Amino acid sequence: MMASSYNAKDEDGHITVSGPGGGTLRSKKPENTAFKQQRLPAWQPILTAGTVLPAFFIIGLLFIPIGIGLFVTSNNIKEFEVDYTGVDMSSPCFNCSQNFSWNSTRPCTCTIPFYLDQPYESNVYVYYGLSNFYQNHRRYVKSRDDSQLNGDVNSLMSPSKECEPYAFHENKPIAPCGAIANSMFNDTLELFYNDPNGTRIPIPLNTTGIAWWTDKHVKFGNPGGNPNLTAAFQGTTKPVNWRRPVYELDADPGNNGFINEDFIVWMRTAALPTFRKLYRIINKKSSMVPTLPRGNYTLEVVYNYPVRSFEGRKRVILSTISWMGGKNPFLGIAYITVGSVCFFLGVVLLIVHHKCGNRNNSADISN
Amino acid sequence: MGSVASYFGRLGGKEQKKEEERLFRANDRPFNLSYHYADNAIKTSKYNLFTFLPLNLFEQFRRLANAYFLFLMALQVIPQISSLSWFTTAVPLILVLSITAVKDASDDINRHKSDKQVNNRMVKVLIDGELRNEKWLNVQVGDIIKLENNQFVTADLLLLTSSEPLNLVYVETAELDGETNLKVKQALTVTGDMGDSIDALAGFKGEVRCEPPNNRLDKFKGTLTLDGQTYSLDNDKVLLRGCTLRNTEWCFGVVIFGGPDTKLMQNSGKTTFKRTSIDHLMNVLVLCIFGLLASMCAVLAIGNGIWEVREGSVFTVFLPLEQGVNAALSSFLSFWSYVIVLNTLVPISLYVSVEIIRLGNSFFIDWDRKMYYPKNDTPAQARTTTLNEELGQIKYIFSDKTGTLTQNIMTFNRCSINGKAYGELFDFSGQRVEITEKTARVDFSWNQLADPKFTFHDHSLLETVREGNPEAQAFFRLLALCHTVMPEEKKEGELYYQAQSPDEGALVTAARNFGFVFRSRTPETITAMEMGRTVTYELLAVLDFNNVRKRMSVIVRNPEGKLTLYCKGADTIIFERLHPSCNKLKEATIGHLNEYAGDGLRTLALAYKPLDESYMDKWRQRHHEASTAMEGREERLDELYEEIEKDLLLLGATAVEDKLQDGVPQTIEQLAKADIKIWVLTGDKQETAENIGYSCNMLREEMKEIFVVAANTTEGVKEELQNARRKMCPEAAEEPSVKKARAGLFWLQKTETVQDEKVDGDYGLVINGHSLAFALEKNLQLELLRTACMCQTVICCRVTPLQKAQVVQLVKKYKQAVTLAIGDGANDVSMIKAAHIGVGISGQEGMQAVLSSDYSFAQFRYLQRLLLVHGRWSYLRMCKFLQYFFYKNFTFTFVHFWYAFFCGFSAQTVYDEWFITLYNMVYTALPVLGMSIFDQDVNDRWSFQYPQLYTPGQLNQYFSKKAFVLCMMHSCYSSLILFFIPWAAMHDTVRDDGKDLADYQSFALLAQTCLLIVMNIQLCLDTYYWTAVNQFFVWGSLAAYFAITLTMYSNGMFLIFTSSFPFIGTARNSLNQPNVWLTIFLTSLLCILPVVASRFLFIQLRPTINDKVRQKVRKEALPAPAPRRPPARRISTRRSGYAFSHAQGYGDLVTSRRFLLKLRSRPPLFTQTDSPLAQNEPQLYRTIAEDPEESQSP
Repeated sequence: MMASSYNAKDEDGHITVSGPGGGTLRSKKPENTAFKQQRLPAWQPILTAGTVLPAFFIIGLLFIPIGIGLFVTSNNIKEFEVDYTGVDMSSPCFNCSQNFSWNSTRPCTCTIPFYLDQPYESNVYVYYGLSNFYQNHRRYVKSRDDSQLNGDVNSLMSPSKECEPYAFHENKPIAPCGAIANSMFNDTLELFYNDPNGTRIPIPLNTTGIAWWTDKHVKFGNPGGNPNLTAAFQGTTKPVNWRRPVYELDADPGNNGFINEDFIVWMRTAALPTFRKLYRIINKKSSMVPTLPRGNYTLEVVYNYPVRSFEGRKRVILSTISWMGGKNPFLGIAYITVGSVCFFLGVVLLIVHHKCGNRNNSADISN
Repeated sequence: MGSVASYFGRLGGKEQKKEEERLFRANDRPFNLSYHYADNAIKTSKYNLFTFLPLNLFEQFRRLANAYFLFLMALQVIPQISSLSWFTTAVPLILVLSITAVKDASDDINRHKSDKQVNNRMVKVLIDGELRNEKWLNVQVGDIIKLENNQFVTADLLLLTSSEPLNLVYVETAELDGETNLKVKQALTVTGDMGDSIDALAGFKGEVRCEPPNNRLDKFKGTLTLDGQTYSLDNDKVLLRGCTLRNTEWCFGVVIFGGPDTKLMQNSGKTTFKRTSIDHLMNVLVLCIFGLLASMCAVLAIGNGIWEVREGSVFTVFLPLEQGVNAALSSFLSFWSYVIVLNTLVPISLYVSVEIIRLGNSFFIDWDRKMYYPKNDTPAQARTTTLNEELGQIKYIFSDKTGTLTQNIMTFNRCSINGKAYGELFDFSGQRVEITEKTARVDFSWNQLADPKFTFHDHSLLETVREGNPEAQAFFRLLALCHTVMPEEKKEGELYYQAQSPDEGALVTAARNFGFVFRSRTPETITAMEMGRTVTYELLAVLDFNNVRKRMSVIVRNPEGKLTLYCKGADTIIFERLHPSCNKLKEATIGHLNEYAGDGLRTLALAYKPLDESYMDKWRQRHHEASTAMEGREERLDELYEEIEKDLLLLGATAVEDKLQDGVPQTIEQLAKADIKIWVLTGDKQETAENIGYSCNMLREEMKEIFVVAANTTEGVKEELQNARRKMCPEAAEEPSVKKARAGLFWLQKTETVQDEKVDGDYGLVINGHSLAFALEKNLQLELLRTACMCQTVICCRVTPLQKAQVVQLVKKYKQAVTLAIGDGANDVSMIKAAHIGVGISGQEGMQAVLSSDYSFAQFRYLQRLLLVHGRWSYLRMCKFLQYFFYKNFTFTFVHFWYAFFCGFSAQTVYDEWFITLYNMVYTALPVLGMSIFDQDVNDRWSFQYPQLYTPGQLNQYFSKKAFVLCMMHSCYSSLILFFIPWAAMHDTVRDDGKDLADYQSFALLAQTCLLIVMNIQLCLDTYYWTAVNQFFVWGSLAAYFAITLTMYSNGMFLIFTSSFPFIGTARNSLNQPNVWLTIFLTSLLCILPVVASRFLFIQLRPTINDKVRQKVRKEALPAPAPRRPPARRISTRRSGYAFSHAQGYGDLVTSRRFLLKLRSRPPLFTQTDSPLAQNEPQLYRTIAEDPEESQSP
């Protein structure tokens, strides 16, 4: 629209630099792809009353029955717990807890009678529980050597530094090394049924099947292919606090050494300072007779394990289980609560939506 | 890095002694080489193949975050402290370092390429008595080189000779110092005498002694010794690298400094990096996080001390204390252990992710077809990749006018001749027809000399002229004679006009096409071709234009001997001087002028007056006396002009359109709706600027008032500003309300913010450069800012580049708002650099503006897309990213904090170490990146539909310190849920076969699975725009988590790396438990429900504009774009004045011999004693140097 040369700029030929071989004129027009033009097809959900309110109601309606189910299940689980720490003078274990020594050769036994007011029908699981026991302390947790426990011969003879100060004792490597192994729970618990006629019937306790399959078969392993464990552990020494070496934990060769299930269970450190660990299983005998009938029982404890010094507690727990594990009413209660809150919130939101939402949403956007 | 490089450089340089003085001889390479001066090769790259790794690593560790992680790794080596394995920090750090290294490497490769390209430019060098083409890098100190017009100066040169008289050379220094006016350099006469004689130059044996290389652009000291004579050298004789030779055919110079020694290179490397406000905020936040980290660690360390005393000391049976560690020491150690465990609070990947997101968004800008200008094949370009989110927060736009809002093209659009209007088309019903590209053009092919580019659509005008209508012919004759344009006719019939203002060019071109061709001029004559007939007029006088007169006239004698005065000028001025007989015609013309003004055209009234020979003789005599008078010359001349320019006869009026770029008014309207204030800063005069203000809808008739500040004293300016302010807001306090605050790192930076004040109605403010100079002084600047901010529109005219920058800085300083400057010329560089974001219009005036800009594109209208779409999205994405990122890391870390209370403050981690390692880098990296690269709340068309969607960004609503605190509280809540729900659910719980489930490993797995699921759901809630990529990233990440976890916890991994993967079997044993899943479900729901509920509530109760539009998008289809209404006819009584964009005419030059000769070829050694420069009259000399670029710069 204008004559050419009165525009002062036309004449100053800016030296435009053409790139190497820049002879071909390719248009610099960007490609027309959905990606580059930010037009990718997309789903754009937004929080509308139509999605949020039903969601709340559905969650509410879903959670309450689940919660009730969980709660009932948990309530149906029978659980009996007895503290045998022996803090009270009246406690049968008071004496044992008073004069304790790791090296005492004379075992101290205490007998605790108790009464089950309900029969335990299915398998009964016997746990020992410890409180205020910091199995999750960082220095404690790492004080082990997984290679050694896996049966690695090198690690057996030269345990990892992590095990200090329980790596060597009297210049011999400790097997199993570390603080966890060293502090293994060593009370012996025995259970008797007091027949109404006064006889004490010992209840058979299963020592196997209490550890994870993966632990028993993969994670833990005895060193070498030697079936003779005494030979396999030659040159090592037992943990300082232990009374017996690791290869004498059990008479059964399938449950001895590092693959002793009591040991494995102990080595699976707990997440919290109060925990329970599976000790024994009382298998159901027949469908007719309850595993543990109603009645009087006696718990006999060989009291070895010191917890008084750090105000710890020791418990024995007898429990049946369900599909959701042991007794824990929390989940059920939480589900019921959350469900109700959801339902309530749904109602509140519905009211709010009715009162304000329509007004605000229909209001046009001022331009 | 620069400092490192220079440090190493200095190390290397120490061997040579520091250069004290430079001595060299022209044409004596062996002699010069003995001094080992740097040659002309430049090197801006930082690394080479071997130095890359060490230097780059060193550079990277100077970053706080990286250094911090290095420090962490050092801590982890200490076994008493090490709470995590080395790999938890090493893997992320290595990943981050390598990503940055790759980016740095690619940058450096580019620098290598551009170095190579510059070094390989060719220049003519005089070697062994002949000119040879050489690469720049081969040029040595002491070489004589030849430069030609428009070439870049190769190195710092001592000017020897030039093609111009007096050995002058004109250079443009914009690239060097940003100044736009051409500068003149002059060679010594003794060297200048050599001319372009190669023999003489080859025999030149001058010896130069001068100062060593330095970075002072305006100083040079040295001496030239030639044949025993010594001449002193100063800055005027030196051409600096980076300049461009202008208006000079050729020149010769001898190289003084080459390559790295040149002043350009000595000055480079000081570019200030712009940082966005979010960057600053992020730094502050990271510092806060460090503080938070320290306090959390301190709390936990104290906790540890207490625990050790109360529990640890008695628990020694099972867990003996480490040797020599007591409670105090243990507490101290645990502080550092927790520094390691909680390190994820300081997000190492934050900076890298932010860079990646910005890079992605920059690519989207580069790729946008809607910001591609096909006419000159220019796509938009994000030249800086670090400022994107700031584009979504712009509050003030400072725009140049010429070339930015306008195309800098003037078109002769309409005219009114003898009371009849031409130039518009009407259909049969008399309706105005809009002229488009397709409208039939008038055919000028009958006219051999017509300019083919000229278009006009009204056929009746040409017919009128060809019919021989005397008024129409007089009209165009006037246009062909009354001007100061210089013609150039290199080939017969190929006519080019050199006009100092495009308006004049347009008018003369119009006359040319309508058959009145201006062909040549001498100081005394004007030759024109009138309807095919050559006519030579005698030019008796040029009554020049100036700002007061607002008109110009010429007095010519036609071949018949008739004397005529032709005058064109601002209508108001002309109308005052008309003969009463024209009154009727005047009325009609005024009507047309009002229409033109309403359309925003620049108008001029044309008039003539026959003169009488005897009167003229007398007048000329008085004129001669006056122009040679010693005193009061100007006044006397003005009086004379005034006397002769009266009783004029009106011919008509012209209307020239200063063509706006496409879509400018619409863009400005859109931006105004987005609550962005636009200030126009132009070098143009006030009338022109106002005119454009009207035509692009910034100034409107319906505005309550438009204040014009044009006082010449401080008091005057102050008073005008205050008056304006009182008028707008009578109740406002006299003193501006300034909010003082502290911001920045450690709150060291004081900020003062002038508060906005509410004003009813729209006002405009026009302020000119003189007043602006006063207003920008310290005592007035707040007053200026206050008044200006009350106005809808601010136009500053006749401002210098420096003032442009000052205005930007003023707003930056006292408004704490994000500013954007947009311009196309070298005079905009200062403001582009001063503003938070500089945008260059590419492909118009040259490259300086683009080169210093952060974003560039070809058309002003793309600005709305850049801001309203890309900027808004970038800001939204960045804010979402930061919010989510902090949330994710805080939540992750806070869980450790809660766990500390249950593990004896022993720095035991909640999660598996591998999870900690991979959490940020693998499990959560891609989904959040996907969201922050693709997310859009509404698409671009809706963004345009509702420009007010832009405002949250200006108010910093999406991410601020407040949002950060909220985000922290949210994390706190989530982490409580994430820890205590699993804690309660797992408490004394066993598996469904009675075995262990509450062990540490299962708990860790549960906690981390919950965390990851919650994080993903939260991300889903935050994502507005679910593309397939997002889906893939989210589901992929979850799948990857389970896959990786199952793999790492598998038998195989354990058997191979026994000590690294102790979590064997945990996944299998715990994830098959229903209560684990019930817990996960519950935890996620509890984390998410409050968020959903509160968001829903906010949407219901206080919906943001964003929510509303998103609701609307869902319900309705996008309204069709409103049909483009033909602009409504406005009749305006406001008329533009003399619309020429120059201050002072250059009538003097037109009639000066020197000027004419300069444009033609002339003998090479033409000397002229009366040249302004020779007489050393800076006043006049500046007029020459300034005028050509006066029209180019505004």
